[in-house]
Amino acid sequence: MSAPIINDFSIRVATANGTGSQSSNTILFKSLFRMGIGVCAKNLFPSNIQGLPTWFQIRVSPKGYQNLREEDDIVVLMNPETAHEDLARVHAGASVFYNADLIRFNKEELKSGTVLYALPVEELAKKIVDAKLRTLLKNVIYVGALAALYKIDKETLVSVIQDQFKNKAAAVSANLHALELGIEFASENLKKADKYEFKKGTVNTDKIIIDGNTACALGAIYGGCTVVAWYPITPSSSLAETMESYLAQFRTDSDGKAKYAIVQAEDELASIGMVIGAGWAGVRAMTATSGPGISLMNEFIGLAYYAEVPAVIVDVQRVGPSTGLPTRTQQGDILECAQASHGDTKHVLLFPSSPGESFEMMQAAFDLADRLQTVVFVMSDLDLGMNSWVDQELNYSEKKFDRGKVLGEKQLDQVKQFGRYLDVDKDSICYRTLPGTNHIKGAYFLRGTGHDEFSRYTESPEMFMKNMERLLNKWHSAKRFVPEPILSGQPKSKVGMIAYGTTHHAVAEVLDRVKSTPLKYLRVRAYPFTADVEDFVRSCDRVFVVEQNRDGQLRQLLEIDIPGHQQKFRSIKCYGGFPISADFVQRELEKELGTR
Amino acid sequence: MESNNRIGLSKNDYVGKPSTLCKGCGHDSITNAITQAYFELGVPPYEVAKFSGIGCSSKTPAYFIDRAHGFNGVHGRMPSVATGAKLANRRLTIIGVSGDGDTASIGLGHFCHSARRNVDMTYIIENNGTYGLTKGQFSATSDTGSKNKRGVPNIWPVIDCCVLAIELGASFVARSFSGDRKQVISLLKAAYSHKGFALLDIISPCVTFNNHDGSTKSYTFCKEHDVPLQELGYVPAAENIHVEMKEGEVRDIELHDGSHLTLKKLDREYDPSSKMGAFHAIEEARKSHTLLTGLLYINPLQKDLDSILNLTDTPLISLGENELVPGAEVLKKINQSLK
Repeated sequence: MSAPIINDFSIRVATANGTGSQSSNTILFKSLFRMGIGVCAKNLFPSNIQGLPTWFQIRVSPKGYQNLREEDDIVVLMNPETAHEDLARVHAGASVFYNADLIRFNKEELKSGTVLYALPVEELAKKIVDAKLRTLLKNVIYVGALAALYKIDKETLVSVIQDQFKNKAAAVSANLHALELGIEFASENLKKADKYEFKKGTVNTDKIIIDGNTACALGAIYGGCTVVAWYPITPSSSLAETMESYLAQFRTDSDGKAKYAIVQAEDELASIGMVIGAGWAGVRAMTATSGPGISLMNEFIGLAYYAEVPAVIVDVQRVGPSTGLPTRTQQGDILECAQASHGDTKHVLLFPSSPGESFEMMQAAFDLADRLQTVVFVMSDLDLGMNSWVDQELNYSEKKFDRGKVLGEKQLDQVKQFGRYLDVDKDSICYRTLPGTNHIKGAYFLRGTGHDEFSRYTESPEMFMKNMERLLNKWHSAKRFVPEPILSGQPKSKVGMIAYGTTHHAVAEVLDRVKSTPLKYLRVRAYPFTADVEDFVRSCDRVFVVEQNRDGQLRQLLEIDIPGHQQKFRSIKCYGGFPISADFVQRELEKELGTR
Repeated sequence: MESNNRIGLSKNDYVGKPSTLCKGCGHDSITNAITQAYFELGVPPYEVAKFSGIGCSSKTPAYFIDRAHGFNGVHGRMPSVATGAKLANRRLTIIGVSGDGDTASIGLGHFCHSARRNVDMTYIIENNGTYGLTKGQFSATSDTGSKNKRGVPNIWPVIDCCVLAIELGASFVARSFSGDRKQVISLLKAAYSHKGFALLDIISPCVTFNNHDGSTKSYTFCKEHDVPLQELGYVPAAENIHVEMKEGEVRDIELHDGSHLTLKKLDREYDPSSKMGAFHAIEEARKSHTLLTGLLYINPLQKDLDSILNLTDTPLISLGENELVPGAEVLKKINQSLK
């Protein structure tokens, strides 16, 4: 047998939705994490509750790269429906575990060198007495088999199972029993015949496992959000649900009363309406949704832009247009959000690439919304929002809230007059007052119709244009406040790459891989683009914009906002719904550069 | 000249900008009634927040209580904005003005759900059965057979917003006629004192597009067919109830803030605490082409949104940063739980 491959390979588990696979997959993933191995996991699931194919992929790598390989090295085939297709995808040297009671392979299907591990899952499962649990625990048997063959630490497995089913002793013992069935069978009947090995490491010391939706929810709580209105939509629902449970934990006063309000609204229009009402009344308010929700919210978004009301919207992007692929990922809403609503509108977008950054950017989003008195979008996606990521621990910020320009009763005493849209400081950001302010100068009548500096109705073309120009200037001024882009690679190179959000992980790995090719890379973290982005584009002869949509949406914004460089841009696009990988980006890049 | 009210303000402190609606518009009577009611109640203007959507009705919040903040949003979505503001600051007195297009068509979903949540607000429908601002199309509250200005009858069934609101959980539902100033003012005061969703469906004739013969929302029709359920009296909390009527003639309802609404029986027995009674009366009135006005339904004890959500007594807007941020230690524990 050739030299062992240690901690650098991929596992794919094929199951059917609703068979308890999520729980068994998590046990495996978390155990590897606790063994200090660099690990990444992604769940590729259907828009369905029970019965359709689901794949769970785990990649282990010394550096813990958070994107998948295109090839699988170990596959676990539990779903007869996809088994033959899944088998056809594996490379010659792969290892195949399969439910031998349900799946039979023909000789022609097998590539030479493939190592087969037959698991009589149905037969073994008969030993699980409880019929209801039996189906759900079949998948734990495969975990046991892998554990025996690849020496996954049993103590760790047990601790993960205990933590996962806290307070449910029966569930813990049932899972341990199933695990043992797998271990016992594999130890007695299977002989390891491949080169893949796990070795305990130390790369996860300061790390946690967290999905982006949980991180956004916590970021919003730490950012002082008090009103949440939302409507269920995949992949954002878990954000609001997680937030509700954390809020109940951290924001209940001594009388058991809530220091927050969370409302599941009747639709996305009402969600954003409540957020805008709350923002106007002075609290930090947000909604979480996905592309179809943004489409519905468009009219209200225009109102918040034009009448200047703070609001935070998290868009956990999924595949559009239309209902599209609801459980698959895309960066397809960039243009939709950048210019949401009719008329001339421009919005502020933030692009988190990891849970840690989601946590930070949620806090930043509330500051920005208050400072700029406008809608701020946090552009997450399904991959980030719903997958479990291995990331640095969440970082506590000592920074105080920036509530922006609000005049209270004392300040109103000191001003000669109050006009809601008077550009007093000549920075295009005006002062606002909040309803409930007890002052004769304080009140104003907000309207989505044409208004003058005192928010009075007007149809004057001059006044209208003056106001719109100020709004444009205000949008430009956002550049002073948004997170700056991050430069890496070889700074003197004339070949640049631009990526944002979850695409970052694939691009960053490519940079590690192609060290001999001079490349530099700018990770854009916000829209509008700061001067650094323009400088980067100017300094390059060619710029590859890597993103997960068909039309090169960020590239289009770059072409419009940094004019004169159109010929430099090339798109690298992956938009079929599965997360982009370094393998894909490297291949496309090398094709373009002629180095392949 | 009227004297100042209990908080020392004059009626002038409750007026707004001059109306730009058509001369004689029913909406202007409602605007005046709001001004009068809030002045007489002595509501501090800064505690009021006014909301509206789009349409003739939705312009009116600019015409009363200029000293209060106002929010004129998008078509049909007033209830959601008002709900958000109320969540943010539970001390605000919320008054929303909508129209029949705004409420019964484009915003029907939001209307239903704000009633269902029993948001503590006064929700006024200035109901003229027509789209005035777009020049006279039928609305969903136009009666079947009612004619438009060109004499064409409405072929569609009518939506009764009061029936809907009662069914969906609104805790105060009344119908009135903009021409009955006294009734409108009494209902506005009672709605203010009520804690929960108070719907006032006020028939308000459109003098330009829906005031002709053959319309069931014209001044003449409404005056001729108005049948008040009760004679209403509002007694503020500070004053003793003193009713000079025979026992059995008056029903007294204590409202949330300690004020009282007295219902003097007219020619019929009516129990406004019965949902079924209200449905029956509204259906009978519809059949007999009468405009039944007065308090149709009330449940002063029903939980409002703030209570359902168990909100802290301090308005959310008044919570400081230290009360909102769970802190570094908690984050450490969260990190620990995610390993």
